[in-house]
Amino acid sequence: MSARVPLPRWVDIALLPLLNVVLAFLIGGIVVVMVGQNPLEAVGIMLYGAFGYGSGFGYTLYYTTDFIFAGLAVSLAYHAGLFNIGPEGQAYVAGLGVILVALGLNGQPWFLTVPAMVVAGAVFGAAWAFIPGYLQAKRGSHIVITTILFNFIAVSMMGYIISKILKPANVGSDESAPIDAVSRVPQLRLFWELFKNSPVNISFFLALIALVAVYWLIWHSKFGFAMRALGHNPTAARYAGISNAKVIMITMALAGALAGMVAVNNVGGVQGRLILNFVSGAGFVGVAVAFMGKGHPIGVALSALLFGALYQGGQELAFSMPGITREMIVTIQALVILFTGAMGDMLRPPLERIFGPRAQASAGDA
Amino acid sequence: MATLTPNPEQRLATAAALPAAIELDGINKHFGPVHANRDIHLTVQRGTVHGIVGENGAGKSTLMSILYGFYTADSGTIRVGGKTVTITDSRHALALGIGMVHQHFMLVDNFTVIENIVLGAEDSALLGRTLSKARAQLKQLATDYGLEVDPDALIEDLSVGQQQRVEILKALYRGADILILDEPTGVLTPAEADHLFRILRKLRDEGKTIILITHKLREIMAITDQVSVMRQGAMVKTLTTSETSPGELAELMVGRRVLLRVEKGPANPGKVMLGVDKLVVTDDMGVPRVKSVSFEVRAGEIVGIAGVAGNGQSELLEAISGMRDQSSGQVIVNGQPVSAFGDDGAARLREVGLAHVPEDRLRMGLVTNFFEWENAILGYQNDYGQGLALDVGRAKAEARERIAQYDIRPANTDLKSANFSGGNQQKIVLAREMERNPDVLIVGQPTRGVDIGAIEFIHNQIIKMRDAGKAILLVSVELDEIRALSDRILVLFDGEIVGEADPATADEGELGLLMAGVHDRPDAQGSARLPEHVTPVEKTLTEMSPKTDQDIR
Repeated sequence: MSARVPLPRWVDIALLPLLNVVLAFLIGGIVVVMVGQNPLEAVGIMLYGAFGYGSGFGYTLYYTTDFIFAGLAVSLAYHAGLFNIGPEGQAYVAGLGVILVALGLNGQPWFLTVPAMVVAGAVFGAAWAFIPGYLQAKRGSHIVITTILFNFIAVSMMGYIISKILKPANVGSDESAPIDAVSRVPQLRLFWELFKNSPVNISFFLALIALVAVYWLIWHSKFGFAMRALGHNPTAARYAGISNAKVIMITMALAGALAGMVAVNNVGGVQGRLILNFVSGAGFVGVAVAFMGKGHPIGVALSALLFGALYQGGQELAFSMPGITREMIVTIQALVILFTGAMGDMLRPPLERIFGPRAQASAGDA
Repeated sequence: MATLTPNPEQRLATAAALPAAIELDGINKHFGPVHANRDIHLTVQRGTVHGIVGENGAGKSTLMSILYGFYTADSGTIRVGGKTVTITDSRHALALGIGMVHQHFMLVDNFTVIENIVLGAEDSALLGRTLSKARAQLKQLATDYGLEVDPDALIEDLSVGQQQRVEILKALYRGADILILDEPTGVLTPAEADHLFRILRKLRDEGKTIILITHKLREIMAITDQVSVMRQGAMVKTLTTSETSPGELAELMVGRRVLLRVEKGPANPGKVMLGVDKLVVTDDMGVPRVKSVSFEVRAGEIVGIAGVAGNGQSELLEAISGMRDQSSGQVIVNGQPVSAFGDDGAARLREVGLAHVPEDRLRMGLVTNFFEWENAILGYQNDYGQGLALDVGRAKAEARERIAQYDIRPANTDLKSANFSGGNQQKIVLAREMERNPDVLIVGQPTRGVDIGAIEFIHNQIIKMRDAGKAILLVSVELDEIRALSDRILVLFDGEIVGEADPATADEGELGLLMAGVHDRPDAQGSARLPEHVTPVEKTLTEMSPKTDQDIR
C-alpha cells in the first residue's frame, strides 16, 4: 500500500530517460549559446558526425562496443548488489592478456588468434576483478573501495610492464610490439565499404552476443537467480542455501571478464599493440552506461549507443566548430550523466501527475 | 478531568457529553485501483481507549495515516475536538494534539533518551535551554503517568519496551492529547505489554484519548472501552467492549465464523527425526545465546518451544537450519549428523530433508523484490531446469499450483512479493516449505503479523503435516499458539531448556513462571547473572545483547 502511483511501463523505461536526455541537451545548448555558437547547428554537427556518414557511424559503433562491455561489467555485478567501479582497471589488465597471447600466436590467421585473445582477455580481466571479489567475500573489504584502488594499481603496474618489459628497444613511445595485420581482430571495413576508415571490428558482434548472454544469465539461469537473491536480500540468500561468498567471487570474475573484452576491441581490433592508458576512461563511462540503462541489457545497449554517439559526435563538433573545445564536449557528457543518473528521477513527480490518474482510471475500469 | 477511575459505562457517559476527540465523516481513500478506505464514519470519545481491529489490509493503517497527515483523504471531513480540520502533515497533526507511536520505532539509536525527545522540537539553535526544559517536563510526565525512563540512557541500551515508552514520551512532550498506537505489543514481551497497558490506563484516566490499532483480540478485550471493526476498507461496526466477545469480533473481522481453537487428534510419535545434542550457539558478538541444549523431535509430533522473545529461540532455529554456525554440539536429521558450517549450510540441511519456515519472513524467508514465482522456488532453485539453466516455465507452473492449493491472493505469479499482504506472504513461504515433503519442518512464529482467517488455515496446515508423520519443531512467542498446536512444550530461558510441559495439563501461570526464569532448579537464580570473574569486555557484550528479563525483575 504505497502512496506512489506506478507510472505506465513505457513512460518509465522510454519517456523518462528521453526527457532526461533532452533536458541535458537543453542545458548543454545554453552553454553553447554562452560561448557564442549556434546550438542547433552544434546538435546538427554532432548528429551528422555520429550517424551521418559511414566512417563516423563506424566510430560510434566502435565506442559503443567498449561501452557495452564496460556497462555490462557494472550491470552484472550490480544485480548481485556489488558496485563494480573497476572496469577501467580490469580492461587495462586484460590488455596484457590479449597482447601476450596475440604476440605469442603472431602471424597466425585471425580465426585462431581472436578466440585466444577473447579467452586471455577474459581470464586476465576476471583475475583482476576476482581479487576485490575475494576480499569482499572473505574479508569484508568494501568492493567500491577495492575496485577503485585496483584501478590505480592497474595503472601503475601496467605502466611498468609496458614501458619496462613490453616496449621493444627500437620504439620511442610507450607501447608493445605490434601484432601482424593477419592476426588482428578483423575490422568491418574489410567486408563493408560503408565503414571505411573506421575502427569498428567484429568485437561489436561479440558485444551483441554478450548482451544476450548477460540477459540469459541474469534472468534465466540458476546462477542469475542466486545472484539476484543475494543482491536484493543477502540474509534470504543465505537462508536459501546460496553461498554469499561464492556468488560474490564468481560474479566479480564474470564482470571482470566482460570488462576484459574492451581490450579485445581496442588492443586486438584497433591499435594492434598495447598502448599506455589505452582504456582512456571507457571503464568509467561504463558506470554511467549501466546506471542510465538501469542494469538491463537493453538499457545498456541503448545508453552505450548514446554515449558512443556523444563521444564520436562530440569529437566531430570539437573539430569543426571553433570555440567549442574538447572540454565542452566533456561538459555535455557530464550533463547527460547528471540528468540521467544522479537526477534521473527529477521528472518523475510531474510525470506521475500527468500519467498517474489516467493509469489509475484505466486500471479501475478493468 | 481526573475522575477516580470510573467504570467503563460512566466513562463513556461522561465522554459523550463533551465534543468527541475525533470524528471522521465519510472518509474515502484510493490507491490506484485499490479502495483502501470506503466511506468511513468513526467517532472517538474523549478520555477513552478506542480499539481498531481488522485483518491486514483492512485499511486500519491507512485511516490512521490520514488522521496523522501522511495521506490526504480523497473525500470526507475530519473533526478534531469538534472543529473541522484539514490535516496537511504530521507536524500539523501534532499541533492539533494528535501523536502517533509507530509499530517500528523512529528513534536515533546513538542518541540519548532526552536528545531523541527534543529532536525536531528544539526551541533554538542552542540546545542547552531546550534540554533543561525537557528534563523538567520529563520528570513531570514520569510522575504523572508512570513513564519512567532514564533521560540520559542511550536508546541502543534500552529494551524494546523502554524504547516504546520513549516514543510515547516523545508524543506527550509535543503536547499530544490523542495518542495513536499502531500494533504496540507486536514487539513486546508479555510483561512489557502489561506494563504498557498500565501506562495507557493511566493516560486515559488523566484524560488522554488513545486509539489502539491491533489484531490481538485479547488486548482489545483487556484495555479498550470501545472497539471499531474494519473489513476490506469499510468500517463494519463500532461496539462497546464490555458488550462484545472475541468470537463476535473475529466474526466481524473476517466476515464468517472463525474457529479460535485448533482441532487436533492425539499425536502418534514415531522414530526420532530431529535430534539436537548439547548444542551451543553464540551470537555475532561471541556471546553464547544457546547453552548446551538437547532435545528430540519424533515423526508425527509437534514440539513447541515457548519462551519470551530474545531467550535464544532465534539462534536455536538459525543453528538447526544451517543459517548460523554452531559453536559445539550436534544436529542430527533422520539419523545423520549434519555439519551446518559455512555460508551455504542451509542448502545441506535442505538436502537431508529439513524445511524451515523462518521467524522473519521479510528479512529471511522472502526476497520481497522477487516475483511470487521466484520466491516460490527460493532455496530450491537448483531443482528447476537442467545444467545452468533455470526452468522458468516449470517454476511458474508449480507456483500456480501452490497458489491454488493455499489460496494465495492475489493469484498472480508475476506480482512482486512485497505487494502481498502479510498473511499471503506467509502462505507463500509455508507452501514452498511444506509442499517439498520434508521429513522435518522447523517453523518460527508461523502467524506473526498474519490475520485471523489465515491463522486458522496455517494452524490446520501444520496439524496436517504432523498427521502425515512429519516431525515439527515450532517456536513462537505466542503462548496460546504453542499450547494449541504442540504435543510437547519445552521452555527456553536464557538459552537453556528450563522445563518441559504437557500442553493438555500445563497451567498458564506455571509456564509463565518458567518463561520468566523462575524455576526450582538450585542454580536457577545464577543462570541469568554473570559470574564474578567475567572481564569487563564480556560484561559489556552481555549488556549490549537484547535485554529480556529487565521488566520481569
